[in-house]
Amino acid sequence: MSDDDIFKVMDCALISISTGEQAQNLRELLYLLKAIHPGCIYYHFWGGLLRPRFDDPEFQNDFAIWSWRYLHDRKLAEQLSLIDPADYTDIEELRREVIEVIEMHLSESEIIPWAKTGDQFYFIRSQIVTFDTGIRVHRPEEMVELIPRLSLGSIFYHFIDARRRTTEGKNDFSLWLAGPGGEYDSLLRDLDEIDPYFTMLSDLRSKIGEIFSNHFPDTEVRA
Amino acid sequence: MNLLDQYAAIVGDDVIYHLRQLAAHLRGMHVVHVNSTREGGGVAEILNRLVPLMNELGINTSWEVITGDSRFYQCTKKMHNALQGNREDIQENLLHHYEKINAVNGNALNSKLEGADFVFIHDPQPALLLRSCPGRKGRWVWRCHIDVSHPYRPVWKYLREHVKEFDASIWSISNFAQPLPHPLYLIPPSIDPLGDKNMELPADDIEAYFKEWGISKNMPVITQVSRFDRFKDPIGVIQAYRLVKKNVPVQLVLAGGGATDDPEGARVLKEVRTYAGRDPDIHLLELPPDAHRAINALQRGSDIIIQKSIREGFGLTVTEGLWKGKPVIGGDTGGIRLQVINHHTGFLVNSPEGAALRIRYLLKNRHILENMGENARRFVLENFLITRQVREYLTLIVALIYGSTERIELNIPVPETNAP
Repeated sequence: MSDDDIFKVMDCALISISTGEQAQNLRELLYLLKAIHPGCIYYHFWGGLLRPRFDDPEFQNDFAIWSWRYLHDRKLAEQLSLIDPADYTDIEELRREVIEVIEMHLSESEIIPWAKTGDQFYFIRSQIVTFDTGIRVHRPEEMVELIPRLSLGSIFYHFIDARRRTTEGKNDFSLWLAGPGGEYDSLLRDLDEIDPYFTMLSDLRSKIGEIFSNHFPDTEVRA
Repeated sequence: MNLLDQYAAIVGDDVIYHLRQLAAHLRGMHVVHVNSTREGGGVAEILNRLVPLMNELGINTSWEVITGDSRFYQCTKKMHNALQGNREDIQENLLHHYEKINAVNGNALNSKLEGADFVFIHDPQPALLLRSCPGRKGRWVWRCHIDVSHPYRPVWKYLREHVKEFDASIWSISNFAQPLPHPLYLIPPSIDPLGDKNMELPADDIEAYFKEWGISKNMPVITQVSRFDRFKDPIGVIQAYRLVKKNVPVQLVLAGGGATDDPEGARVLKEVRTYAGRDPDIHLLELPPDAHRAINALQRGSDIIIQKSIREGFGLTVTEGLWKGKPVIGGDTGGIRLQVINHHTGFLVNSPEGAALRIRYLLKNRHILENMGENARRFVLENFLITRQVREYLTLIVALIYGSTERIELNIPVPETNAP
């Protein structure tokens, strides 16, 4: 890795905005999904990582959770939960997949599932503010010490946000480590194997840190 | 030790570093918060801590309080109740008085508010100050702390005409947000882990309080802390307790504010007292509004916290209970749903029977109760402490400066100082 390949550590913070749009039943949800701001699709799949949730929720995205908890439609919840946003670099493709699953479900069911008043699906989008921390990393082994100290915003930026920001749809660490010599191929492989969707950000930070420290066991970490 | 260092000891250096970095982009900015009381109530509690924290982060933040007479507060009390859904008509002359008091305060605060970069107006009381500041140079945000999910329409219609003029509004959860022609930001409330209500307490203090109240430490204690209000379903809590008591020895504490200035509260308290009868294991505590340390001790000394509301705003008493490492059995409504996660931080219930079942389950499975309590504390640590709210205020300020784009990139690097 040359001296020019410096990793610029960024950070980010997310703020949620109510769109005012709400669905009372599955058909309304479908109707709104077709035209809703793309930021809502992103938020309802990925936003959960930066807002209150528990580490092993039964269903992974807000559409699945609503179907299960308020429409009481377990089958639909399971089908929606299977959609992994990490598989989609384009948010519109992800939107089409959600619509596809709901349309198929509606075509197979005899009734339209409804939620009680007060239990509507509320569409939310987010604004993301990204900023440069001023921290620079010159060698991968420096990550061993740095990663446990990074904010969860930095982890989100480099591991989650990177997937929609970069043309390769990969995390920033992997893109930084990829080089012609293949010196860090095994480290890269381990990083690429992390499934960010079924993890809380704090666990994701531990996992990335663990991978770097396994690859550079001789690096000392300050207390 | 400065405030930020004290918080770092609880939430971690990374969280405080993140705040410093974000705030560095806003250094020197002038922010003013306005509400109607400096002491008492959740808004004042939060501002008491939020304002010094923002100042320590380099943002010039001040806090102004409007003053009014009894007619003004009579009007704003009615407005508050109406926004929460009570059918409460407000006479026109009372509304005129509300407008007049806002104008008087607006004139007095004019120079401070018009010069500020950001003005946060909390709740309806000072909502009309904006009209008295035609030369304002900054952005104005209306922060609504009230559950406005089902407002009494005539009153909301009146207020909406005024708050729609703001540049943005903030709501506690999405269900509360009402359509307005500006961005509706969502920021849940938070608790202060350094305040009297949530700080660590010596075991001796807790024991002394329990002794004073006549609560035995040799029998499990389940507690609900809330106003004596039908929406909090205190009768349902007693019913749940009685169902549990058939199988497991247990004590119940219902703690709430005194009801001297609230006729409805006094009626409910009387009903609760009658329903509780002479059961020596039911303790009804009437605590003054500033009994923060006592409430803290009560929650810490309890085994399980209940918040069996039928309707609830955010439910900060739930947050407080979780923070003390207690599982919470809460009504399946409002903000309780954001905090009580079945089998992780407690249980959501829909009836006294449901509450009784979960209480028995937890009291019989102590290891699950303790494990859930640990989860509960961690959940609040990561999501509902004041440092998260500060972060969201900072993010919102940046977002409003840079417009409504989905992605805002602040490209100026902040010098790497005190990196974690």
